[in-house]
This record gives sequence, structure tokens and C-alpha cells, in this order.
Amino acid sequence: MTDDSLTQLPKKRFKIINLIWLIVLIAGLFISINVTNTHISVLLENFSQFSDIFVQMANPDWSYFPTVIPLLLETIKMAVLGTIIGSALAFVYSLLIARNIIKNKLVTGVLRFIMNIIRTIPDLLLGAIFVAIVGIGPVAGILALSVFTFGVVVKLFYEAIETIDPGPIEAMTAVGANKLQIICFAILPQVMTYFISYSLYAFEINVRASTVLGYIGAGGIGLYLQQTLQVFDYAKTGTIILVIIVVVVLIDYISSKSREALMK
Amino acid sequence: MDTTMKELPSKPINKKARLIHWLIALVTVAIVVWSCTGINFGGIKATAGQIAGAIFSGIFHPDWSYVYNGSGEDLISQLWQTLCIAFLGTFISAIISLPFAFGAAHTKHKKWYTSRIGKIVLAIIRSFPEIVLALMFIKAVGPGSAAGVLALGFHSVGMLAKLFSEAIENLEDGPNDAIRAVGGSKIHVIMFSILPNLMPALISNTLYRFDVSVRSASILGLVGAGGIGYPLIIALQYRQWNRVGVILLGIIAMVVVIDWISGMIRKKLV
Repeated sequence: MTDDSLTQLPKKRFKIINLIWLIVLIAGLFISINVTNTHISVLLENFSQFSDIFVQMANPDWSYFPTVIPLLLETIKMAVLGTIIGSALAFVYSLLIARNIIKNKLVTGVLRFIMNIIRTIPDLLLGAIFVAIVGIGPVAGILALSVFTFGVVVKLFYEAIETIDPGPIEAMTAVGANKLQIICFAILPQVMTYFISYSLYAFEINVRASTVLGYIGAGGIGLYLQQTLQVFDYAKTGTIILVIIVVVVLIDYISSKSREALMK
Repeated sequence: MDTTMKELPSKPINKKARLIHWLIALVTVAIVVWSCTGINFGGIKATAGQIAGAIFSGIFHPDWSYVYNGSGEDLISQLWQTLCIAFLGTFISAIISLPFAFGAAHTKHKKWYTSRIGKIVLAIIRSFPEIVLALMFIKAVGPGSAAGVLALGFHSVGMLAKLFSEAIENLEDGPNDAIRAVGGSKIHVIMFSILPNLMPALISNTLYRFDVSVRSASILGLVGAGGIGYPLIIALQYRQWNRVGVILLGIIAMVVVIDWISGMIRKKLV
């Protein structure tokens, strides 16, 4: 080997698949720019309007703060109830679709299909649908959050159940325990902490989601968001957003700390 | 001789842990009870069951004529627009996220406060409601999908940069040290050690965020920022349940397909 070849970097093998991905990416980029009609120039031209709103929001109207509090509490209540109802449903449902509990592939398959469909619907869409069904108010929000929580928790929890150590289940089966006893003494002790952790995680998402649900009439602080935006009172909107950010960050922090403590 | 144990030995009691558990349980129950107070459960419309039934029957008897009629206002073209919003939004946010992620990553070679500040900024971006951002962009670029793209692009930074920065934190120092040891410059370190090791995680996280963005893009239309959300809310308001049904089916199909494709690619990557 000559010295020259040592100073050269090793050649990378050219892969045709990478080129294809690159072409797909660039084509996707051009197509989507075309379809959505997004041009950065338009944004730059009107950027003053955007920054103007931002400046107004950055000077929040603190006299509006006391008005916001009751609906803020309602938002948190909605998130709590949504989480509790959704997690409770998810708890039972997960036991029904875990393949190490229910051996019947047909039952778990059908139930999983239903779960996967429920999971695909975004939270605000659920909100809009429930507002159409039960009418404007926090009940629509609670129902939407319950269904949404159900989708989040069920997926995580049934996967946790399926990855447990099968030893205790076999031991319980060997001494003649029935299904309920197996679940209580072999499965739940292994997965309970996961369940609580996932519920807390869902609660974090729910707090975030519940703050905007009011925008479409599903209760909570989002209602004021919509009212102030409608009359272009951005100083008040700024107050609401600041309150939302503080609450969300605070609850995120508490919840993630307790999850860490739980999983230790 | 009978040596079998007739009774299990009693569990060791940890008084402190037990007290803490009871306290947590008590507080949880108190919070739940508090949540139930003051919410008006009586406000449910009397027609609730009927409407729920109508939506359900709408899902099973969808308005097929809406799927494609060539006007550009049909289901297929609206879904396509939604996908494009999600794609472009994710692309923009991936690019913005990179510098943010390097700033917020907590690595040894940095002062602790830079990464802490970066993390707080990202948390604030994550908590800024997407819908409000969309409305602000609507003011700037007018109603339409462009506002949706920009809102998604900026909002996603909060989550994507967090995922990226976690990937950067998980990198090992070995390859960097190896390249430095043979005399590589900083650019060499980035080119031959950091990027190749980081790439799979970056692509995987971006694809995951694309999944989330598709869902977000389908609701941005509720405020007029383009996509399938707008026809849905109109159909809900005009009580065209068959159309609601077909739109829901379309959204579900789109999300399932996208999840499936991105899941396949991600499985191959990792």
C-alpha cells in the first residue's frame, strides 16, 4: 500500500436505494409546496403582521387574569376526569387483548382492530364529534378526552402486559388458579407501576389537549381563547396563553418527576 | 415428618412506604372528587343518542359520491392536501429542530445552563397551542393550507428538537475520540462520527413526528388552516351524517396507512 492511499478516506459504497429515497424526498417537497401553495416570500412580506400579533400577546392584560381562573380549573377537572375514565376503560380492555391472557386469536384480533381504529382519531376531531352529539359544554370535552386517553393507554399497557415474565403465570396455572386469580396475583403486581405511569403520561397529554378543546365548544379555557381571538384582543389572548403554558409546564414537570420516582 | 408450610410467612411491613402509599391514594381520590364537583353533567342534549346513532349509521352508509368528483373539493384531494401539509410542516420543523437540538442537548462539553435554557424554550414551544399559532399565521398569509404548514412547522419544533436532543445525548463519545486521536478536525468529527451515528435516530424521530403531524394536519382545518378538518366541521354543522361518515373513514384510512408505512421504515432503520 502506498502512502497516498493511506491519506485517502475509504470509499463509501454507493447504494441505489439511498438515491431513490432522496428523489422521493425532493419530489415530495416540490409537490407539497405546490399543493399547499406555501411560499416563504408571502410570510416574509407579511411578517410584520405576524410579529405585531406576537408583540401584543407579549404584553398580556393582567386584569383579565381573575376571569380566566374558573375556566382554567374546569380545564384541569376535565383532564382529570377524562384520564380516570379513559384509563379505567383501557385497564379492562388491555387485559382482554393481551395474547398471554386471552389465548383466542380471533377475539384479540377483532378487539385490537377496534382499538387501532379508535386510536387514529385525533383529539380535537373527537371533541368536534362529541360537541355535535352531546352539545356544547365540558361533558363533550370529558368524553373526547376519555376516548383519547383510552387509545393512548391501551396501546402502551397491553404491550407492557405482553412483555411480563411468564414464570408467575405458569406457577399459578400449575397450582390450579383460575383466570381472575392469575390476573390478580401473577400479572397485576408486575404491571401496576406501568399502568400508573402510562396514566400519568396520558394526563400530561390531556392537560395540553383540554386547553384547546374549548375552542370548538367542548369546555374549558379554550372558550376564552376563541372569544378573545374573535375580537382580535391579543393582549387577553396573551394572558390566556401564558397561563396555559405555565400550567402545562408545571403539570408536565410534576407528572414526569413522579413517573421517574415510580419507575425507579 | 410434616415439613410443608401450611401458611405463608407474613410479609415484612414497611410502615413508611405504606403511609406514603395511603397518602398518595388519598390525594388522588380527593383530586378526582374535586374534579367531579362543579361540572354540569345535566347539560347533555336530549337528542344525544339519536345523533350518535346517526353518525354511526353514517359511517356504515358513507356518502360515496363525495370520495372523488374531480372538483378539487372532494375527499381524495382534501386528504392529499392534508398529507402535503403534514409533509412540508415536518420537513420545515426537522430543519429548524437541528440547531435547537444541539443547543438543548445536555453533553459534557457544555455549561449546564445552555442546555437547561434550551429545554425550557422547547417546553414553551410545545405548550403554545397549535391552533392559536395557526390563527396567527392565517393573519399573516391568509386562510389556507400555507398557514397550516407554517403552524405545524413551528409547533413541531418543540417535540422534534426534544427527541433529537435526546438522541444526541445518547451518542457515545468513543467514535469522536477516535477521530480526534488520529488528528481529525471538528468538521471531521461531525462528518464521520456524529452524523452517521445520529442519522438513523433523526430519520426515525422525524418519521414518528410525521405520523403525529398527519393527525394534527387533519384538525387544523377546524380553524381554516387547510386540509380535511374544514369539510368535516361543515358537514357536522349541516348535519350531513353520511358525509361525516365518509370523511371519518377517509381520515382513519389515511392515518392507518401512514402509520403502517412509517412503522415499516422505522423498523428497518433501527
